[in-house]
Amino acid sequence: MHFSEAMPAGFFSLAPWIVFFPLLGLLVNLIFGKRLPERAIGWIASLASGAAFVVSILLALSLREHAEGTRVLLAEWIHIGNLRLDWAFRVDTLSVTMMLVVSGVGTLIHIYAIGYMHEDVRFKGDPGRYRRFFVFFNLFIVAMMILVGGDSYLMLFVGWEGVGLCSFLLIGFWYDMDTLGRPSWANSNAAKKAFVTNRIGDFGFLMAAFLMFWSFGSLNFDEVFAQAPLLAQAMPGLVIAITLFMLLGVSGKSAQIPLYIWLPDAMAGPTPVSALIHAATMVTAGVYLIARSAPLYVTVPAAQYIVALLGATTALFAATIAVGQYDIKKVLAYSTISQLGFMVAAVGMGAFVAGMFHLVTHAFFKALLFLSAGSVILGLERGHHHLAHATHHGKEHDPHAHAEVFDPGDMRNMGGLRKRMPVTFWLYLIGTLALAGIFPFAGFWSKDEILADAFREGYQAVYWLLTIAAFFTAFYMGRQIWLVFFGEARHEAAAHAQESPWIMTAPLMVLAALSVLGGALNLPGLHSLTSWLEHTLEMVHPGEFIFPVAALSTVLALLALGLSWWVYGRRPLVAGQVDPLKQALGPLFIALENKWYVDEGYWAVFVNRYIALARWLAEKVEWAFWHEWFHDTVLVRGFNFLSQKVLHLRLDRQVVDAFFDGLATLTGRIARRLSPLQNGFVRSYALMVLSGVVLILGYLLLKG
Amino acid sequence: MIPLAWYIALSAVLFTIGALGVLVRRNPLVIFMSIELMLNSANLAFIAFSHAFGALSGQVFVFFVMAVAAAEVAVGLALIVAIFRTKHTINVDEMNSLKG
Repeated sequence: MHFSEAMPAGFFSLAPWIVFFPLLGLLVNLIFGKRLPERAIGWIASLASGAAFVVSILLALSLREHAEGTRVLLAEWIHIGNLRLDWAFRVDTLSVTMMLVVSGVGTLIHIYAIGYMHEDVRFKGDPGRYRRFFVFFNLFIVAMMILVGGDSYLMLFVGWEGVGLCSFLLIGFWYDMDTLGRPSWANSNAAKKAFVTNRIGDFGFLMAAFLMFWSFGSLNFDEVFAQAPLLAQAMPGLVIAITLFMLLGVSGKSAQIPLYIWLPDAMAGPTPVSALIHAATMVTAGVYLIARSAPLYVTVPAAQYIVALLGATTALFAATIAVGQYDIKKVLAYSTISQLGFMVAAVGMGAFVAGMFHLVTHAFFKALLFLSAGSVILGLERGHHHLAHATHHGKEHDPHAHAEVFDPGDMRNMGGLRKRMPVTFWLYLIGTLALAGIFPFAGFWSKDEILADAFREGYQAVYWLLTIAAFFTAFYMGRQIWLVFFGEARHEAAAHAQESPWIMTAPLMVLAALSVLGGALNLPGLHSLTSWLEHTLEMVHPGEFIFPVAALSTVLALLALGLSWWVYGRRPLVAGQVDPLKQALGPLFIALENKWYVDEGYWAVFVNRYIALARWLAEKVEWAFWHEWFHDTVLVRGFNFLSQKVLHLRLDRQVVDAFFDGLATLTGRIARRLSPLQNGFVRSYALMVLSGVVLILGYLLLKG
Repeated sequence: MIPLAWYIALSAVLFTIGALGVLVRRNPLVIFMSIELMLNSANLAFIAFSHAFGALSGQVFVFFVMAVAAAEVAVGLALIVAIFRTKHTINVDEMNSLKG
């Protein structure tokens, strides 16, 4: 499929504005933000993101008429020989779907962040960072739009790196403290971990891009995909290498085994960041990349199988870890990894529509869950703050009154919040049911489509892995609901928690509505998303609803919720009590608590080795060899020898100095010989004058 | 008529006496007189050639020489007085402070 370079029809020419609007918001806040009030900064950023959403809607409307999409050229970029890479936007049903999710969910989270960051910067004690947050947030939208709108792998990579940078900046937003606000470099270490882990993935992406350039001579989607089937026949190994290197990139950005380890640490960022970047949009970039590269993947079934298996394994693995976590956001982080595993498995199986469908619904309900978790955390912060004020009533306000280390994200500090924060509770419940896959919430439809596709396409292992993962999903979400919202408050802060203001809950209600109704995007029988994406992904086919699959997953989800009630809901946890599952499972639960010791394993296998190597390079190679030996011994001694022994003693002293010393001695000696002539007797001088005259005259006379 | 060669011979004799006087005498007054002798021997040669060739320029030169000689004696005598005031002698062999 080749797009014409003619003037795009409809609203297509607006495509670059999906990048320009957030860029504009960013610049306004960057330049004038210092003089603007907080609310204005937040609304400018939200409006910028909202404008990008409006453009996305207009693009989608144009696509209804011209479903084949178009290419909007913005500027020429790299033209070398036959290579033509431009800043061009590819507007088709797949990219516009992503644009709608990014800007739509992004705008809601922007609005939420107006309220959230207002309080967060005050609890953390640095209101000056409010503006910076929204600048970074808009920058993220810019980068993400470049990523999803790009027409070539190179432009996609620009966005890919851009979102990575924003992720780094926002994970380390409170760079000088840990998650509890104590002075430490914990948060910036988390940011570094995310950045470095993503670099490993980017290595894979770049290798894939280089191989593609090497074998196809281009990085444009169309040109690559047009040649893919031929190359797959001629050299299947090369295409497998490309797709698997790309999978490494995907596992970095989309947090799959083996590179998922950065995502749980990324929860160090403020909660809107976790919701927008580390749940709804950025981490789905890998899924988008595979869906975008569908024509490549379908040519190599072996690579597809590996992708699907990797996704399914990640889904189950992360879901088990989520069961053993106490931090409300960590549970959601592992849940995100698990759900991304579902999506990767889906696009790996060739069920691209199912993967994209789950991507969209997941963006809705996971953003909802994260933001509700943020609401819970701030509710506890408010309760804690309120307490600190109450106990110090009458005394002067002491900023160090919060000396007691209180973790507002620890579920063991919560309990009974259903009564204190009813709105948040209902929102959280909707998100939970959507994630657990309960009929008729959005998650039910999208997850079921993945399971049905796995079942139908004969991916037995993947199907069972995902089904068990779905069971765990429902269990850990149920555990979270019981621990957070039911029972009695296990901490004074929870007992005094306060509900969040409307500016935070209003966007959540929209997300909750989407989480309930999102399934309507691709209901069995209607297949609206399938027929929408069909225009871009020609190889998709509408999946059929398989009742036993849906029934089994629903029964398992309900069973898991029931089990979670039996463990956590029947006898609610009281303050100081050990997790009941820990008593039952013992060492197994401790392993879950410690994330299967994967981080420790990575330390033992890679990081310590790397540090040892770095230390060896620093101490032995750099210092001992290079500095001490080469510089200090070879260079300095060599230079000293040359300058002292050769140049100084031999050349300067014995040649140059000797010449001029000799000249001086000679002059002195001649002078000493001649000095008697100057005897001071006037008459002898006169005699010399006379003899001189006689000599000259004599000479002249004799010469004749 | 006395031939020209005699004048020249006399002039040479006078010049030689003068030159020897400058070289051998230690009294600056005598040295001055010897110098005057040399100058006048030159004057004699000028006059003789002027008369022999009928050119007046030689005689003009003589006047110049006499004027210069007068000035030289004036300066020289003043120097001798000044030297005598500082060194209490006018022996030329004792004026040797510039020797090497």
